[in-house]
Amino acid sequence: MSGHSTSEHSKSPLATYFAVWIALLCGTALTYYAAKLNLGVFNSAVALTIATTKALLVALFFMHLKGASEKLLKVVVVSTIFFLILLLALSMADYGTRHLS
Amino acid sequence: MSMATSTGQPVERENYLNKHYGVGSWLLTTDHKRIALLYLISITFFFFIGGFFALLIRLELLTPASDLVQADTYNKLFTMHGQVMVFFFLIPSIPAVLGNFLVPMMIGAKDLAFPRINLLSWYLYIIGGLMMLHCMLTGGVDTGWTFYTPFSTAFSNTKVIEAGLAIFVAGFSSILTGLNFIVTIHRMRAPGMTWTRLPLFIWAHYATSIIQVLGTPVVAITLVLVVAERALHLGIFDPKLGGDPLLFQHLFWFYSHPAVYIMILPSMGVVTEIIACFSRKRIFGYSFVALSSIAIAVFGFLVWAHHMFVAGISVYAALVFSILSYAVAVPSAVKVFNWTATLYKGSVHYDAPMLYAFGFLGLFTIGGLTGLFLACLGVDMHVHDTYFVIAHFHYIMVGGALMGYLGGMHFWWPKISGKLYPEGWARLAALIVFIGFNLTFFPQFLLGYLGMPRRYADYSHMPEFQILNVFSTAGSTVLGVGYLLPMIYFLWSMRYGKPAPDNPWNAAGLEWKTQSPPTTFNFEEEPVVTWEAYNYEEIDAPHPQEVPVAR
Amino acid sequence: MHDSATVHGETHNPALLHHFATEEQQRDSANFGMWIFLATEVMFFGGLFCAYLIYRGWYYNDFATASRSIDAALGGTNTAVLICSSLTVVLAIWAAQTSRRGLMLAMLVLTMLFGATFLGIKGIEYHDKFVEHHVPGSSFDFHDPIPDHPGEFVNPQHAQIFFALYFVMTGLHALHMVVGLGIFTWLLWAAWKGRFTPEYHTPLEIGGLYWHFVDIVWIYLFPLLYLIDRHK
Repeated sequence: MSGHSTSEHSKSPLATYFAVWIALLCGTALTYYAAKLNLGVFNSAVALTIATTKALLVALFFMHLKGASEKLLKVVVVSTIFFLILLLALSMADYGTRHLS
Repeated sequence: MSMATSTGQPVERENYLNKHYGVGSWLLTTDHKRIALLYLISITFFFFIGGFFALLIRLELLTPASDLVQADTYNKLFTMHGQVMVFFFLIPSIPAVLGNFLVPMMIGAKDLAFPRINLLSWYLYIIGGLMMLHCMLTGGVDTGWTFYTPFSTAFSNTKVIEAGLAIFVAGFSSILTGLNFIVTIHRMRAPGMTWTRLPLFIWAHYATSIIQVLGTPVVAITLVLVVAERALHLGIFDPKLGGDPLLFQHLFWFYSHPAVYIMILPSMGVVTEIIACFSRKRIFGYSFVALSSIAIAVFGFLVWAHHMFVAGISVYAALVFSILSYAVAVPSAVKVFNWTATLYKGSVHYDAPMLYAFGFLGLFTIGGLTGLFLACLGVDMHVHDTYFVIAHFHYIMVGGALMGYLGGMHFWWPKISGKLYPEGWARLAALIVFIGFNLTFFPQFLLGYLGMPRRYADYSHMPEFQILNVFSTAGSTVLGVGYLLPMIYFLWSMRYGKPAPDNPWNAAGLEWKTQSPPTTFNFEEEPVVTWEAYNYEEIDAPHPQEVPVAR
Repeated sequence: MHDSATVHGETHNPALLHHFATEEQQRDSANFGMWIFLATEVMFFGGLFCAYLIYRGWYYNDFATASRSIDAALGGTNTAVLICSSLTVVLAIWAAQTSRRGLMLAMLVLTMLFGATFLGIKGIEYHDKFVEHHVPGSSFDFHDPIPDHPGEFVNPQHAQIFFALYFVMTGLHALHMVVGLGIFTWLLWAAWKGRFTPEYHTPLEIGGLYWHFVDIVWIYLFPLLYLIDRHK
């Protein structure tokens, strides 16, 4: 099993780190200013989309999920998110339909 | 040297028990086997406490009137019986004792991935346990083990916060054990021990660990919210303040339903090992059993609101959860079929572990099928919060999980202690447990169906229920005797029992290739596995032979 | 006989624990273990997000009104602070990988400074809420008008639920930050002592994972708590 230490990358990861950092800061600014626009129901969707993008950037690049040699870590992340969504979605199955009952 | 067969050597070899002496060597151990024994002592202690509360409950229910204890006290009795038995006995039991002891050995490892975290798990359990003990001794809790709001947050005058925090701490013990097992099973398998060669005991513990890791944190945060609400009057669960009591139930049951699979899956793993060994056959449908374990873990997260059918959730949600609850029974049924098929044309031996496995098969099936009764909305309307539910879950928890635990303790006792327990007494005890169990809990199905509500100290408006309650209490006494016997003869065997050979059952599995009891690091040399699991066709029962191990 | 001597011909790093066969196995296990721990943390916070989601749906206007009363500029600043701290963490690890001891120590110190800054700003926010009587409990008092609904005022009980969730969620997050600072104090000490080399810096890696996770939680908390309906 080959190692996956990032020091063996052919190019320095520094450029990636700084690019991600800038992207995260821009995303934060974007979230802040987008909240001041009236997008109706899309305000939440935009905010969450930006947040999820930022979270993905941190996970993939800062937490080195992208370079991981095994898929196992990605399976852990995906499964966890799946179960969290399960909690939210199935609870909403109750809360979302109570008014119909 | 430790790989050789032996029929018992008179001189005591160095093993994990005698390697170091002294309290410090036990309290600061990182040896998974010693930690397993620390857990064994601790959970047995809490089993006595939970059992004591059960005894008081059954004594009270001998008569219709609330004459032994008052209602407020009775509320505390059933609450603490439930909390202690669930959080401090059943959830740790097999994983913390048998799992800790066997998982590294079964996969050919020297220890778990994180031995110090393993010790931390035990200390967290002890701290939680001491908090619980203190809570019980200074007033107890009366909310039911389910802590339903707003009674627990706004009205109960008992020590809800302390109990909640105790369970919070114990929950982290469970989480860390699960984490340890997952990493161990992924990363520490010996060369050649592929996923499909793993004993199904390992698959069962892997599935259990997934539930522990993903589910327990949710009940942890829920308890934090209960404590915060009770202390600060926040209103999150209080309808008078705009909160929703059902939110508590959703969050609580999101964990507590999968928790029941934490309690049963390891037991299924034990039973699989026992049935294969005492039928001298490989398990029928290995991959079905393995995948069913994972399916139970995943599906188990989809059904929690079946505990809330009459609580006020929307009927559409109830429909969805009802259908999902039927689905979750399928992988369990698959396992029952596979065990039965394994027995078919096997060379069945009726040693004590196998008696427990047979008991498990029958009682778990009854418990599981009655679960389907409860999954049916129309039936649940009538039997929810009656003794039908109590009988259902005791058939699974006691008839299933506890029988598996006892069977496993007998099966692996020679490995754990290096001594043989007295087989005659063990078979007798198994029989007494089976009879006592059915006498205790079968009448409760009838009681529930006839309408006796649970959590009532006083049933004098339904005096016709007394006869069934008397049977149940009588049965519980028999059951108690059945539980005491193994404790006595296991202790007896440590001093007076015959020394055990390395593989008294001629069972398959890497753990049987170690010494009895094993050395601290389990294997002299790292095993290299070249055979499939349950290779009983290569192992003869009556005449023990050395099974080749590639060196 | 324990394999305390050479393993596979490599010289044995004193950091290799006895029950592991190779350093790679040990590092992979530690990494995997931390990811699973983070999975438990996701579910731990997840319960709070579930409660938040439900009440935000039920009491949207009250939540929006309450959300306007917390300082989004401070929240945004804190988001930026944490993002910078995540950068310094990866730089510290890179420094360890490339034997840059000075940079590693500097980045660790910076990370902790950013973390402390975060907590300081949080302290200011909490203080403001305390002074304005927005802390749930007996002295809670919140009667702001609902924006864009002339004549309507917020339901104080529903607003109290918002603030209860605000304090529990950000409080739990802040507690994790404090623990993170504790972890990084130890990492700084170990780095100072020269424990980390390009071959072995696993504690830095897994400490970093924890820190990034705490950052990710805040990335979600910020828009959900601070930015409900800010356009009114």
